[in-house]
Amino acid sequence: MYDIAVIGGGPAGLSAAVQARARGKSVLVVSGDRRDNALYKTPQIDNYLGFWGITGQELLDRFHAHAAEAGAEEKEGRVLNIMPMGDTFYLSIGSDMEQARAVVLATGVVRANKYPGEEAFLGRGVSYCATCDGMLYRGKEVAVIGKAADAPQEANYLQELGCKVTYVSDKAPEHLRTDIPFVKAPRPEILGEQAVTGLRAGSVTIPCEGVFILRSSMAPADLLPGLALEEGYIRVDRNMATSVPGVFAAGDCAGLPLQVSKAVGEGLVAGLRAAEYVDQITNQKG
Amino acid sequence: MSIIHLTNEAFDKAVSNGISMVDFWASWCGPCKMLAPVMEDLAGKYEGKALVGKVNVDDELDLARRFGVMSIPTVVFLKDGKEFDRKVGVMPPQAYTAVLDGNL
Repeated sequence: MYDIAVIGGGPAGLSAAVQARARGKSVLVVSGDRRDNALYKTPQIDNYLGFWGITGQELLDRFHAHAAEAGAEEKEGRVLNIMPMGDTFYLSIGSDMEQARAVVLATGVVRANKYPGEEAFLGRGVSYCATCDGMLYRGKEVAVIGKAADAPQEANYLQELGCKVTYVSDKAPEHLRTDIPFVKAPRPEILGEQAVTGLRAGSVTIPCEGVFILRSSMAPADLLPGLALEEGYIRVDRNMATSVPGVFAAGDCAGLPLQVSKAVGEGLVAGLRAAEYVDQITNQKG
Repeated sequence: MSIIHLTNEAFDKAVSNGISMVDFWASWCGPCKMLAPVMEDLAGKYEGKALVGKVNVDDELDLARRFGVMSIPTVVFLKDGKEFDRKVGVMPPQAYTAVLDGNL
């Protein structure tokens, strides 16, 4: 059990982690592949005070090093669900489960623009977790829609399990097994009746029983049902508190402008308030 | 009473009478681990009223296929052995108790 779980290893999440550590709280930072981070992809930052001209990658590396130095634990993975149960939050991360007393959401902007058929066939062929559901599709045709940097590895894993994988993405994947066909398509459409029967990708239709959609992270409202949004971003107050008690949000997922300084500042507030929240619930118990 | 682990052989007899709630899970699935304490808790609360069981899809792939389980966790509700509802994915405890209470 951690005091605070931070979802997202960008400027906001790592800033929250450093602040919570300064308050003596145990912190777990869960983040996806570093290459998916918006900051990692930014060639040059000119408006982060005191660090003009730095590359996004270098700045991100320094943020990670700072959080590690402060004693935050980091875990690579995709958070699939968050569920509050009493004073504890349960988080599922691929094949693992972790618990925390408070949560800071710092997932960045996730374009929750779902594919046609995605919602209708969720649990009836559509899955977000290759490790969870892969085994159920052994010997069957599946399609992987790769939107995250580690998606080719997940596709390889499914193929090695015995699934017959086709990889669909808008750009050519790296490190994909050579026995997995690649179809380039920007916006595939999931087809089916009772359950998934295929995937229309551009001009081709791939017959399949399973479609694994692998994004860099889940949309906040899918992570935590009941979370209030405002114009597509998580609704927060001045304390970065969301509509769910014990859950705070910071950075790009909490709204515009999408800038590093703003993310770091909000992360600081979220980290502090989350630490105070943990103190409150522990005092009530004690 | 703790939760009952159901195998392919024992399944039909175990669910043949009254209301049953069966959780299809596996050890490699994080969301399933999240649901496990919820199911344990409900097994205690509904003792004598409903059967609460678990099926490990790793050991019982035939059962998973028979019920067309395509994503885990999947919780299947049965009345006298016949499925009448199912919930796919982790949900808060009320989602499960609502189905049980509505059919008891």
